[in-house]
Amino acid sequence: MVEYIKSYLDSTTTPGQAGNMFWASVYILLIFLGLSVAVIAMNWLERKILAHMQVRLGPMRVGPHGLLQPIADAIKLLIKEDIMPSQADAFVFWVAPIVVVITAFTVFIVVPFGPTHAVTDMNIGVLFMLGVSSLSVLGIVMAGWASNSHYPLMGALRSSAQMVSYEIAMGLAVVSAVLMTSLNATGTGTLSMIGIVQSQQAQQIWFAFKFFPLGLIAFFVFAVAMVAETNRAPFDLPEAESELTAGFHTEYSGFRWSLFFLAEYSAMIAVSSIAVTLWLGGWLRPFPHLLSGSTWDLGFSLLPGITFLLLGLMAFVGVFRMPKHPYFRVQTIGLGGFGVVLGLIGLLLFLPPVRDRIQDIFWFAAKVAFFMYLYIWYRGTFPRYRFDQLMKVGWKVLLPVGIGVLILTAVAGVLL
Amino acid sequence: MVPITTLHYLVVAAALFVLGVIGVLTRRNVVIVLMSIELILNAVNLNLVAFSRIYGLHGQIFAIFVITDAAAEAAVGLGILIAFFRNKETVNMDEVDLLKW
Amino acid sequence: MQPVATTFFFYFLSGLTLIAGVLVITRRNPIHSALALILALLGQAGLYLMLYAPFVAGVQIILYAGGIMVLFLFVIMLVNIEKSQREEQFNKQWVVGILAAVALGVLFVLVYTKGRSLFPERVAQLPEQSNTQEIAVMLYGNYMFTFEIASLLLLVAIIGAVVMAKKRI
Repeated sequence: MVEYIKSYLDSTTTPGQAGNMFWASVYILLIFLGLSVAVIAMNWLERKILAHMQVRLGPMRVGPHGLLQPIADAIKLLIKEDIMPSQADAFVFWVAPIVVVITAFTVFIVVPFGPTHAVTDMNIGVLFMLGVSSLSVLGIVMAGWASNSHYPLMGALRSSAQMVSYEIAMGLAVVSAVLMTSLNATGTGTLSMIGIVQSQQAQQIWFAFKFFPLGLIAFFVFAVAMVAETNRAPFDLPEAESELTAGFHTEYSGFRWSLFFLAEYSAMIAVSSIAVTLWLGGWLRPFPHLLSGSTWDLGFSLLPGITFLLLGLMAFVGVFRMPKHPYFRVQTIGLGGFGVVLGLIGLLLFLPPVRDRIQDIFWFAAKVAFFMYLYIWYRGTFPRYRFDQLMKVGWKVLLPVGIGVLILTAVAGVLL
Repeated sequence: MVPITTLHYLVVAAALFVLGVIGVLTRRNVVIVLMSIELILNAVNLNLVAFSRIYGLHGQIFAIFVITDAAAEAAVGLGILIAFFRNKETVNMDEVDLLKW
Repeated sequence: MQPVATTFFFYFLSGLTLIAGVLVITRRNPIHSALALILALLGQAGLYLMLYAPFVAGVQIILYAGGIMVLFLFVIMLVNIEKSQREEQFNKQWVVGILAAVALGVLFVLVYTKGRSLFPERVAQLPEQSNTQEIAVMLYGNYMFTFEIASLLLLVAIIGAVVMAKKRI
């Protein structure tokens, strides 16, 4: 058994390519668990960070510093009554959240956490991700139509028009990144996600910094389009409460609403993974050639452990600042336990065998976490776009800029 | 079991084609007729790609062009439908008879 | 990479596609027909993957299921009136229509089975890993003219659709 696991850990291809069904299923299970944990963490982080940006505290009561708030929310959503409008189309009403969740989760088959840590490495990885995320529009249209009510229908039509418009800008930005993969030694580009990161490794530059302003402009076009694609602020008119009473998921309650919520956060993580893979070098650590050598490698490999130890330290600082009153005894002990767990994970990540294997996953997760922080920052900072301004930005600003970047990248790739 | 040969894919494509033709010839709703036309185009595409496995990549390229043409035709067809619906408030094919003598 | 359970997946995907095709032509509600057509298109993308054509499968999912069907759903929501769902769904000559289509199908099957000896059953070795690259070489090499004509066709379609759907030209 242990030899089987060891023999797998030394393999050089993804489980999908090796045809190894067992390990592919293990990876899929790990992705499900990881996404659930990530969505719960995102919920807590969003409320706390948004609150701190607005000079208030956020949830503080449920657990220590509100750490158990997402679990309380999940329990509340699960025990809520499941309402279906009387004239609604029952089958389509039932199928819509399922379609949205399935398309949000299926994207993670091709997301590479490392050179061999993907469920499979399809030849058309980027095309597959774009296609599956364009299928989520269908789920939203179905949800809005099946609710048989004005606000969801308006919200669904606006949301799907917005998503379809920004998909085009996303596609153009993606094509200019894929164009840059063909500038390596062999002269052939690739659409596979692992191939794109390996191409960045071979060309020794992240694509965001290639051909100086062009890669950056393409990256910004994708970053703006991906925020609009996931219906997040400042493009969240279709689901804003002051405008459309929660848009296409107005009539959904309880577990069905939590499926939409899960799908929204998973889609955010999915498009951030695409952005990280295409422009920010996937699992590569910063400056692998400039700061090379065994001491720099050792220093960078200690970072995961140091991160978790810092988080544990923050938890202990919180413990010392807790009010010294018997009411807070349980919370203090809970926060202390949480800090101890984080510290133990940090110490575990210092061990050499774990340290070497966790590098790729840590850097990928750190970059995606940076994007999640950007999402929350946008929500706390920017005012909402009006719908005609939104469509104007999508068609009249991002699309011409995307086409221009594509042409200039092609010209630069040939000339330089 | 008998291994899956090209003939199996051709039979599936023929069945899809027949379903599309039935849809075009028997339904009254214009939108469903347009969707049956899309089924016919898909059957043709499946045929092309099935043969491309024997004869090389030309079939797949033809299939890509057929998909592009299907998109263009669906867009224009639905535009015509919207223009007609604005005039007559119906999507019944039997009432598309403005040019009848 | 070895294919897994080819027979099962072929029957499953083709059964899914055909059942969805039957649902497209028989449903009363056009939205249900559109959803069944989406299912048929996704099943067909699976069949393309089995035929070692991953690029065409990806293009089918993005363009057909993610683009054309969204367009259909929008238009159905614009023209969906309750009256059309309570009317007669099949027109007067449905018997002749079905007979003609079935005759066409029988003709196809006869042509295939009698002409089976004409096309060789050898499978061309299409390497799957570089399918996209080879399509690109052919598309921009041999078929460059066709590619440009297709882009012109799309431009004509855009202008046509915009003019058709305008309220005042």
